[in-house]
Amino acid sequence: MDSAQIDPIIEKHRGKPGDLIRVLMEIQHENHWLPREVLHKVAEVLEIPFSRVLRIATLYKTFSLTPKGRNEVHVCNGISCHLRGAKQVMEAVERATGVKAGETDAHWRFSVESGTCLGTCSIGPEVIVNGAHHARMTPAKVADLLKRYP
Amino acid sequence: MTRLHSAAELEQLRAAILSSRDPAKPCIAVCAGAACHGLDSLRVANAFQREVEALGPAAGVEVRVTGCHGYCEKGPNVVVGPAQVCYFEVKPEDVPEIVESTLKGEVVERLVYKHPATGEKAVHMSEVPFYKHQTRLLMGDNTRIDPMRIDDYLAVGGYAALAKALFQMTPDQLVDEVKRANLRGRGGGGFPAGLKWETAKNAPGDERYVIVNGHEGEPGAFMDRALFTGNPHKVLEGLVIGAFAIGSHRGFIYTRHDSPQLVKHIEQALAQAQEYGLLGDDILGSGFDFHVELHFDVGIFVSGESSALMRSIEGLPPEPRPKYIRTSVAGIRDKPSNLNNVETWANVPQIISRGADWYAGIGTEGSKGTKLVSLSGNVVDSGVLEVPMGTPLRKIVYDIGGGAAGGKSVKAVHFGGPMGGSIPVHLIDAPLDFDELAKLGAPVGAGGLLVMDEDTDMVEVARYFLEWLTKESCGKCVPCREGMWQTMKVLEGITKGKGKSGDIARLEDLNDVTGAACLCALGKTAADPLRSMLRYFRPEYEAQIARGDHRGDEAVGSAAR
Amino acid sequence: MSDVVMQIDGKEVKARGDMTVLQAARAAGIHIPTLCHHEKLEPFGACRMCMVEVETRGRKSYVVSCLYPVAKDLVVRTRSEGVDKIRRVILEELLAHAPNSPELVALSKEYRADPNRFEMDASFCILCGLCVRYCAEVKRKNAVDFIERGASREISFIPEIAAKECWDCQECFALCPTSYAQAAYFLTEALAFPGRRKAGATSAG
Repeated sequence: MDSAQIDPIIEKHRGKPGDLIRVLMEIQHENHWLPREVLHKVAEVLEIPFSRVLRIATLYKTFSLTPKGRNEVHVCNGISCHLRGAKQVMEAVERATGVKAGETDAHWRFSVESGTCLGTCSIGPEVIVNGAHHARMTPAKVADLLKRYP
Repeated sequence: MTRLHSAAELEQLRAAILSSRDPAKPCIAVCAGAACHGLDSLRVANAFQREVEALGPAAGVEVRVTGCHGYCEKGPNVVVGPAQVCYFEVKPEDVPEIVESTLKGEVVERLVYKHPATGEKAVHMSEVPFYKHQTRLLMGDNTRIDPMRIDDYLAVGGYAALAKALFQMTPDQLVDEVKRANLRGRGGGGFPAGLKWETAKNAPGDERYVIVNGHEGEPGAFMDRALFTGNPHKVLEGLVIGAFAIGSHRGFIYTRHDSPQLVKHIEQALAQAQEYGLLGDDILGSGFDFHVELHFDVGIFVSGESSALMRSIEGLPPEPRPKYIRTSVAGIRDKPSNLNNVETWANVPQIISRGADWYAGIGTEGSKGTKLVSLSGNVVDSGVLEVPMGTPLRKIVYDIGGGAAGGKSVKAVHFGGPMGGSIPVHLIDAPLDFDELAKLGAPVGAGGLLVMDEDTDMVEVARYFLEWLTKESCGKCVPCREGMWQTMKVLEGITKGKGKSGDIARLEDLNDVTGAACLCALGKTAADPLRSMLRYFRPEYEAQIARGDHRGDEAVGSAAR
Repeated sequence: MSDVVMQIDGKEVKARGDMTVLQAARAAGIHIPTLCHHEKLEPFGACRMCMVEVETRGRKSYVVSCLYPVAKDLVVRTRSEGVDKIRRVILEELLAHAPNSPELVALSKEYRADPNRFEMDASFCILCGLCVRYCAEVKRKNAVDFIERGASREISFIPEIAAKECWDCQECFALCPTSYAQAAYFLTEALAFPGRRKAGATSAG
């Protein structure tokens, strides 16, 4: 965690309790996870109880309180992707990465999530790796796709 | 960009923009909407830009990167104006041929639409089945607009409605116009927007707010994002008109954090509107001030519920308040707050420009205007479409959507996502109408229409929705949190072959209490998908329970609790 | 603040205009069961046990009496087939987590709730929020709060704060209908700050 990059983010919102979600979102985008010390800092600078910061940080799956792997793999689990076979694609992802949704593998290579519907239903089922969409996935294509991400 | 100080200056600017453009000059519109983007349409766009640049400044063709065209299934989409020749599944390798043909006034036959059964080709948008049955009052401009350029919106008449509202009408007249048009909320509630505006306008208080609900958390619904990303100014214009009508000087746009393109386009739209004086202090020299803030949800469905959304804007956990505390009276920080959906706001400029009578002439008795529908699931042609209210679902699913994919038959359609319901295919002639579909148990909701084919397991669909809901509920009240979880558990048992007699009675009891006792609309409507299943597909449920069906032995996967 | 005249269970009740239906009922000696309500705390509206049937301008609906404001000519029914069913199913849902809670067991007898109706999940917490709200509103320490969401929602004692505040307070323990609050505190203590207890202190708060 690089506090030189995170502290200025928090400082921008000093004394503004309403900016809680925004601050955490900016830190998550920058750092890919929210260390506990950072949560304490946010509480102090925004002038809100620490329990509220923790509550918001645990409420949203977007926020991670533990470090993430190098590659974030989202398998969309919206209803359209579900109808088009997302369950089988997820199972293939779990086999290829060795972890289940919500987990990170032991070498910090992959963090797998069952992702929210991003509205790209026409190209489902989708696997989104580090923000890049991989359209119309089938279980057979999963292993080759993930090989591309060291 | 010079600031505009009057309606006259706006029209002068518009005339200047139009006179600098040659309407006959071919324009290649490349769709960068979400699905096309996911199919790498930006590489196609870049290829076009390079190809055209190489032709030099006297090139007889231009390129425009636009928002969603609507025919998402067939992306990357390219539309060549002014004749609106449609090319589908375009790859970067196709680019030189398209440019060359366009310059010659020819068509690239291999890239146009071909009917899958008859092989019949359709070259122009007005001939392509997906498009020709639509009435694209809101989406139609998407192929003509680069969302990062406000001038494109001005070129198609943008902000004329705002000028009319500010200088030729009073706030009372504006509210009245929207009431007479009978514009009903497009986010799921279907509540008359004019009435909400009136309540927020007249509620006691020194400050009142207007809000764009751009949350769109319903899975399978993507039309708000298509509209907002493709034509953010249309929504913004509606918002400013509404703010003026209600007497609000502060607006909020609430949207998702996970659509970087949408965020970029909204921020650009706000900045450019501000520069032109169409937003901010003294709008168009009218003396009306209005400023807008952008807020984000970071991933919970309940945040799309009005009162939860307002808590989220305040920086608090998104827990809804009971409905009898109307947010139009006490919303953000307990001040009157008028919240409307993206599509609802987008309807406002045309109502003001063309009048309530014109608007009320489209649609049915109870449901006016057009509705955006995001069609997906087991369907041949998925995408965002726009049809007048009253259109039979059959037309949407078969004429526009091409029926179920893979040659299968349609078993059911589902409207309204986890808060809606499924109806069997024999009711497919039902009209797209708020009240008619609500009576059938499949309310329009936000307009996400899912097609389910003959192989769909209707118990599994209900189980899916319940599982999804147990994760998206805020968890505050017992009948939602516990009721939905127990309902999911019963359905899970049935899909795993462990159904017990008494399960349906248990489900019905849970449904009744969830529907009656929950704090907010998420909980109250959570019972609806299952209720529709038990209404129309009860024999399938009873059979699975009785048979001890072992289909559920395929792992439910990591999504199980 | 003017008074309003309304009806509860057929009885005419006069209430102060700023009261909730629950307050008006209690003032008139009419009992409505609650689980998440406490006089020292802001009404929460989470357990839904206090739901009643109200009729206003000819329309009937179910509302939570702890939050619903009194109104002139409001007709309230604290018991009915619909109200009783809501309470019964709520109890059955909560008994699935805390089958031995004395309060729940007593209510379950009155409403004929079957503790085995639904799938059991021995988490013990019914998420009434009494501990969380007491710590926030009365003690202003925020040592315990909700985390997660939906079916995964739970209470959590925050070790950094609990280590300093809870041993000397323990006031939320007595509020907990299932005894889970004290169990959660002691487990947190054992895991996060064992041995912090003052030497020689008795176990009563």
